[in-house]
Amino acid sequence: MTDSASAKTSDGPNVQAAIDKFIAVTGSQVAAYLDACIHCGQCAQACHFHEVTHDPKYVPANKLVPITKVYKRHKAPFAALKRAIGLAPAELTADDLTEWQELLYDSCTMCGRCTVVCPMGIDIASIVGLSRQAMVAAGLGPADLMEAAENARTKGSPLGMTAQVLSDRIEWLADDFEVEIPLDKKKADVLVTLSSIEMMKYPDSVVAMARLMNASGVDWTFSSHGYEATNFGILSGKSDVAKIMIERLTGAAEELGAKTVIIPECGHAYGAMRWSAAGILGRPLPFEVLHITEFVAQQIKAGKLKLKKMGDAITYHDPCQVSRRGGAAEDARTILNAFASDFREMEPTGNNNWCCGGGGGVQAMASASDLRHKVFRIKTEQVDKTGAQSLVSACANCRLTMDESKVALDWHTDIKSLVELVADQLEDA
Amino acid sequence: MTLLQFVQGPLWYFASAVFVLGVLWRLIAMVMIGKPRDLSAARTSSFGGGIKAILLHSVPHGGNLARTIYHFLVGYAFHIGLFVLVLFAAPHVRFIEERLLGWAWTPVPGWGFALAAQFAFAGLILLYIRRLTDPVMRKLSDWDDHIGTWLVFLVMLTGCLALQESHDGLRLIHLLSVEALMIYFPFSRLMHAFTFAFSRYNTGATYGRRGVTP
Ligand code: SF4
Ligand code: SF4
Repeated sequence: MTDSASAKTSDGPNVQAAIDKFIAVTGSQVAAYLDACIHCGQCAQACHFHEVTHDPKYVPANKLVPITKVYKRHKAPFAALKRAIGLAPAELTADDLTEWQELLYDSCTMCGRCTVVCPMGIDIASIVGLSRQAMVAAGLGPADLMEAAENARTKGSPLGMTAQVLSDRIEWLADDFEVEIPLDKKKADVLVTLSSIEMMKYPDSVVAMARLMNASGVDWTFSSHGYEATNFGILSGKSDVAKIMIERLTGAAEELGAKTVIIPECGHAYGAMRWSAAGILGRPLPFEVLHITEFVAQQIKAGKLKLKKMGDAITYHDPCQVSRRGGAAEDARTILNAFASDFREMEPTGNNNWCCGGGGGVQAMASASDLRHKVFRIKTEQVDKTGAQSLVSACANCRLTMDESKVALDWHTDIKSLVELVADQLEDA
Repeated sequence: MTLLQFVQGPLWYFASAVFVLGVLWRLIAMVMIGKPRDLSAARTSSFGGGIKAILLHSVPHGGNLARTIYHFLVGYAFHIGLFVLVLFAAPHVRFIEERLLGWAWTPVPGWGFALAAQFAFAGLILLYIRRLTDPVMRKLSDWDDHIGTWLVFLVMLTGCLALQESHDGLRLIHLLSVEALMIYFPFSRLMHAFTFAFSRYNTGATYGRRGVTP
């Protein structure tokens, strides 16, 4: 049965399907988290949704309530005894699920900031991801995310970019920008992937990536068999789509004999392929996975990319999934320090950065837009304090979020892509 | 058998058995649920990350001090005070020597006991006031949080009163409240005294693998 098969019944959410899913996804790691939370509320201050609203419902620990209820009633040690004597939590209800839809989707970007603060180190972002699977089972996945995931399944990408559209756009970009963009080479060492946000909204980024790959001198290609790096299956909670997306990229890489798969400027895509893919597939990946910033930093260190200096004052927004949850914060600094003579860090930055407000699929949910624009105010204040002329990031999803919020907040600082900036600084560019 | 004999004898053994077996079962059953294997290519060691997280999450880090500093100071005052009372109060040390181990360590002097008690009481009361007044903590709290706090408070209060050792009635009440706490413990959130290490380790191991310890 696919996830989509267990949709909402005519009487409302399918509560039993949600309970079954909550039980299924609660392994010993999650159980330890749910048993350890002491309801101290310290995580509140780390979460941008709480910080901009000061509404206690947004405290990260509150997002654990549905899964905790089910775990403590059905799966925890002594659950049967507690049920027998009436001390187990009440059964999960349709009202619970409906109330928590906003908390598990619109107001969690899975940024992982709360984990830093939590004295128990509880990884709330991962539990929210698992809880979303139960929401989908109940038929309560938000329509926008469900549609994006279905587009990914049927058309190849959440924005409906089919293999044919990919091929047409690559041809157009190669002609217009006079850059070689290989597609569907028979064999290649490196498979480069992209996010449809880039191809459809920021095509310059694709050109910039191609320039950097060409300048590095590696044997690379895009593939029409596996090109979409974003994984709306993971973001939405549709685990069948999550697996399909990973199988496509893995299949394309294996067909090419690629040793490396490069993830473009997209934080969640990096997390999906670098850290989750092998577990979802059930086998280690036969190639290495690098975020584009990791790859470019490697090439700079190896002396393969020569860059001109740039004097503009810039600051860098860490995509949460690349830095705090990805472990690659330093690579962006390596790149920036190689060409930017006036690079200014925000406070806080790196692994303690504030999220842009659009991660975890929140960007794609229309219902969440007002809230995320409010959240972006934290970022504008951070950037303004640095006095930088441009805000640079290495995630097209962050960039789109920030571009939209910038308009909503009438804020005027330039927002740029790191890959585009660095490609512009290539010595022969 | 007098009530005191019952409380010191069979009830004590029963409470101890529930406590020890309950805690062990709760931890073993939790671990036995099992978890999916992480098959991603590790950047750095999971084990190192796990240990680092256990240490790192003992102190506030990464900013966001406005909320955490209260819990850090007040929480440590309470926990250290309680630790000293449980393990170093003279009657407890004697109890450990005579009834548990056959040997024991040097107890804290009277002033040490008084200081530890003040820290423990102040910490517990301040944490509880926050639980009752802070909107975020009120939102999260359930009956388990309240029962746990009140039981610990009762144990500490009766413990201080029972220092009048000649008074069997006070010792009886203290022992009874301790036994109630021991029986309640494995079924409650007080288990965080053990689960904290599992929770922190799990996160540290997952992210240590990624080359970062949040
Ligand atoms: S992961 Fe981020 S958005 Fe989600 S609850 Fe934690 S701090 Fe808030
Ligand atoms: S900081 Fe951690 S332990 Fe405290 S309420 Fe939040 S999730 Fe629970």
